[in-house]
Amino acid sequence: MESCNCIEPQWPPDDLLMKYQYISDFFIALAYFSIPLELIYFVKKSAVFPYRWVLVQFGAFIVLCGATHLINLWTFTVHSRTVASVMTTAKVLTAAVSCITALMLVHIIPDLLSVKTRELFLKNKAAELDREMGLIRTQEETGRHVRMLTHEIRSTLDRHTILKTTLVELGRTLALEECALWMPTRTGLELQLSYTLRQQNPVGYTVPIHHPVINQVFSSNRAVKISPNCPVARLRPAGKYMPGEVVAVRVPLLHLSNFHINDWPELSTKRYALMVLMLPSDSARQWHVHELELVEVVADQVAVALSHAAILEESMRARDLLMEQNVALDLARREAETAIRARNDFLAVMNHEMRTPMHAIIALSSLLQETELTPEQRLMVETVLKSSNLLATLINDVLDLSRLEDGSLQLDLGTFNLYAVFREVLKLIKPIASVKKLHVSLNLAPDLPEYAVGDEKRLMQTILNIVGNAVKFSKEGSISITAFVAKLDTLRDSKAPEFLPVLSDNHFYLRVQVKDSGSGINPLDIPKLFTKFAQNQSTGTRNSGGSGLGLAICKRFVNLMEGHIWIESEGLGKGCTAILIVKLGMPERVNESKLPYMPKMPTNHGQTAFPGLKVLVMDENGVSRMVTKELLLHLGCDVTMVGSSDECLRLVSHEHKVVFMDICVPGIDSYGITIRIHEKFTKRHERPLLVALTGNTDKVTKENCMRAGMDGLILKPVSLDKMRSVLTDLLEHRVFFEAI
Amino acid sequence: MDVVNQLQRQFIDYSASLHREGFLDDQFTQLQKLQDDNSPDFVVEVASLFFEDCEKLINNMARALEQQQGVDFKQVDASVHQLKGSSSSIGAMRVKDVCIAFRSFCEAQNREGCLRCLQQVTHEYSLLKNKLQTLFRLQQQILAAGGSIPVVE
Repeated sequence: MESCNCIEPQWPPDDLLMKYQYISDFFIALAYFSIPLELIYFVKKSAVFPYRWVLVQFGAFIVLCGATHLINLWTFTVHSRTVASVMTTAKVLTAAVSCITALMLVHIIPDLLSVKTRELFLKNKAAELDREMGLIRTQEETGRHVRMLTHEIRSTLDRHTILKTTLVELGRTLALEECALWMPTRTGLELQLSYTLRQQNPVGYTVPIHHPVINQVFSSNRAVKISPNCPVARLRPAGKYMPGEVVAVRVPLLHLSNFHINDWPELSTKRYALMVLMLPSDSARQWHVHELELVEVVADQVAVALSHAAILEESMRARDLLMEQNVALDLARREAETAIRARNDFLAVMNHEMRTPMHAIIALSSLLQETELTPEQRLMVETVLKSSNLLATLINDVLDLSRLEDGSLQLDLGTFNLYAVFREVLKLIKPIASVKKLHVSLNLAPDLPEYAVGDEKRLMQTILNIVGNAVKFSKEGSISITAFVAKLDTLRDSKAPEFLPVLSDNHFYLRVQVKDSGSGINPLDIPKLFTKFAQNQSTGTRNSGGSGLGLAICKRFVNLMEGHIWIESEGLGKGCTAILIVKLGMPERVNESKLPYMPKMPTNHGQTAFPGLKVLVMDENGVSRMVTKELLLHLGCDVTMVGSSDECLRLVSHEHKVVFMDICVPGIDSYGITIRIHEKFTKRHERPLLVALTGNTDKVTKENCMRAGMDGLILKPVSLDKMRSVLTDLLEHRVFFEAI
Repeated sequence: MDVVNQLQRQFIDYSASLHREGFLDDQFTQLQKLQDDNSPDFVVEVASLFFEDCEKLINNMARALEQQQGVDFKQVDASVHQLKGSSSSIGAMRVKDVCIAFRSFCEAQNREGCLRCLQQVTHEYSLLKNKLQTLFRLQQQILAAGGSIPVVE
C-alpha cells in the first residue's frame, strides 16, 4: 500500500447525492463569480453609487465564497493535502470577509432604507409644488384676463359699449352660459334687465328691488352665490337641465345724473346695478375662488368706467349748454349795443332839436317880460318862463345823465380855487336860505389847500345840488357845510366797502359834509336816493320841483372823481347829513407867473418853510458863508455856495430864485455882478432876486444897491427867524430893503 | 443821572458867564440853534473854521505890519475886514470890537495903533479859543454821560 497524503472524502464519489452536490457547487461558484461582475457592470453604468467601499467588500465576500465553492468541487474525489489547505485558506478568508461585511451592513442598511423615505418625501413635495404652480398659473391667467377686460372696458367712454364689452369678455373668459346686467329703474324700486350676453334685445323684464337675495347681494361687496331659482337668475327657459351655479355681484353706480339722484357721495343712498353670471348647465363646474375674485374686480372696474362715462356725458352736456348761452349772450350784447347806439343817435339829434326851440321859448319869453303887459299876461309869461326853465334844466339833466352812463363824459381838469368854489356856493344859496329863514354856515379846515386840480364846474354843481337839497328839504333851522382833507382812517369808515382810497403824494381827498336840521329821511329809503327818477314820495314834498335826477347825477360825478357820496339820517324829522368825498389833485408849487395873484404863504414855523427853493450864496468869508449856508439849509433851501464873482456868474441860472451877495468885501464888485446878472437874464421872471448881505449900516450902501438894480438888502448878522421872514417877504413882494 | 445834571448845570453856567463877559453874543446862540440832527457838529465846525481863519489872518497882518518899508495898509485893512466879518458871523463880540477899532487905525494909517490892536486881537482870540474849547469839552462830557446839550436862551 502506498501512503499518500490524500484526504478521502467521507462519501463515495459516485453516490447520487454527491453528484448533485458537485453540480450545485459548480453552479454556485459560477453564480458567485458572475454577481460581482454584474454589480460592477451596472454600477459603472449608473452615475451615482455612494457605497463603493461596501461594494468592494461585498465583491470580495462573494468572490471568496465562489472560490470556496469552486475549490469544494475538488474535495469530492480524492484530493491532496494542498487542495485541502487551499480550501481551508479560502474558507478562512471568506469567513473573515463575511464577518466584516456583516458588521458593515449594520451601518449601511439603515442608510439605504432612509434613502427610500427621503425619496418618498421628495415626491410629495414635488406634487405639492406642482399644485401650487397650477394655482399661480391660474391666478396669473385671471389677472391677465382682468387686465384685458379692464383694458377693453376702459378703452371706451361710451356706456353701452362698456357694458356690452364687459359681458362679452366675462362670458368668454369664464366660459359662461349667460351673463346679465340689471339696472335700477328711474323710480329706484325695480331692477330692469338692461343687457344680456346671449339675447340680443332683452325684453324689459323688471324685478322688484327689495328681494331678500338682492338685498343680500347689495349689502356685500363680494360676489355672492345665489340660487338659480332666484328671479334674477331665471333667464333661461326652464328645462330638464341641471342649471349651473349662479353668482351675482353688485356694481356701484357712482355718478347718478342719469338716474336723477341729487346727493352725490352719500353711501347710504348708493344705488347699485346687479350683474348675474351663470355657469353652463350640466357642466358640473363650480365657481372657483379665483373666478369670484375676478368677477368682483371686474364689477369695480365697470363701476369706475361707468362713472367716468357719466361724468363725461355730463360735462359735454354742460359745455353744450354753455356754448348755447354764450351765443345767446353775444346776441343780447349786440342787440344792446345797437340799442345804445340808436339811443345815442336819438339823443344827439333830440339834444339839438330840443334845445333850439327851448332856447327860442326862453329867450322870447324873457323878451316878452320886458314889454308892456297886463298883470294877468305878466303872470302867464312868468309861468311860461319858469316852466320852460324847468324844462331846459330837465333836458340838460337827462342829457348829462345819459352821457354819464355811457361813460362818454370826461372831467374837465384844471387848477382852481377851492375856497372860491365854496364861497360861490354859499353866495348862490344864501338868498334862498334867507327867504326860508335858514342859517347857513361854512367851515373850511385850515389844512385845506387853497388850490386844487379837478373839474371845478362839476364839483360846484355837485356841492350846489347837495346844499340845494338840504335847503329844499329843511323848513327851519340851520345848515352847516364843513370841508376838510380826509385822513386815511376817516376814509376807511365811509361805509362803502368798494371804496378803496389810495393815498398818493399829489392827490388828496376832499370831504364835504352838509348837515341840515330838516325833515330827515327814513333810513330805509336811503338806498333809493341815488337811483334815477326815484323821488321820495312819502314826505309831503311832492312839489319840490326836481326831476329826481339830481342826486343820481351827483353820484355819477363823484364816481368819476373817484370818490364816494352818501347820506346819513337818523330818521324822519331828525335832519340828515350828506357826505361826499372826492379825489382832487394837488396843484404844482405855487409859481407867481402862473396864478393871477399870490397867495399868502402859510406862516408855519416848521423846518422846511421853503422846500427846495434854489438859492445861490456868494461870500468870500469862509465862516460867514458857512453860517449863511446853514441858515438857509435849515429853512429847507437848496443852497449853492460860491466864493468869487466869476464863480457866481458862471453858476447862476434861472433855476436859482434868490442870490445872496455879501457886498461889504472890498475886491468884489457886487454892483458889477448885479449889472451883469441883469444882462444875462433879460426876462424878469427868469432872473433870480438879488439880495445884498452887508454889515454896513449906512444909507449910501443902500442907495448904491438900489441903483445898481438889487432887489434887496439885509443887514448882517441874520438870525433864523429874520431870514425866514425876509425870504417870505421877498418871495411875496419881490423886493425887500431892510430899514437902516 | 446826577453826573449828567451836574455837567449840564456846569455847561449852562459857563455859557452864561461867557455871554456875560462879552466873549459871545446873540449870534453864537443863533448858531447853536442851527445845530440839529442833520448837522450835529455844526458849531464845532464853524468854530474850527473861525480859528483857522483867525490864525491865518493874524499871521498875514503881522507880516504886513512888520514890513519896515511901507506898510500895505490896504492889505491889513482887508484882513481886518475879513476878521471882523468872521467874528461877527460867529458871535465873537470882543474880537469884533477890537477889529472895529483896528479898522479905524488902519484908515488913519497908524502903524503903532495897528500893532497894538493886533496884539489885542491875538490876545482876545486866544482867550476865546480857550473858552470855547472848554465849552466844547463840557459838551462832549455831557454827551458821553448820555445826556443832551441844554439849550441856553
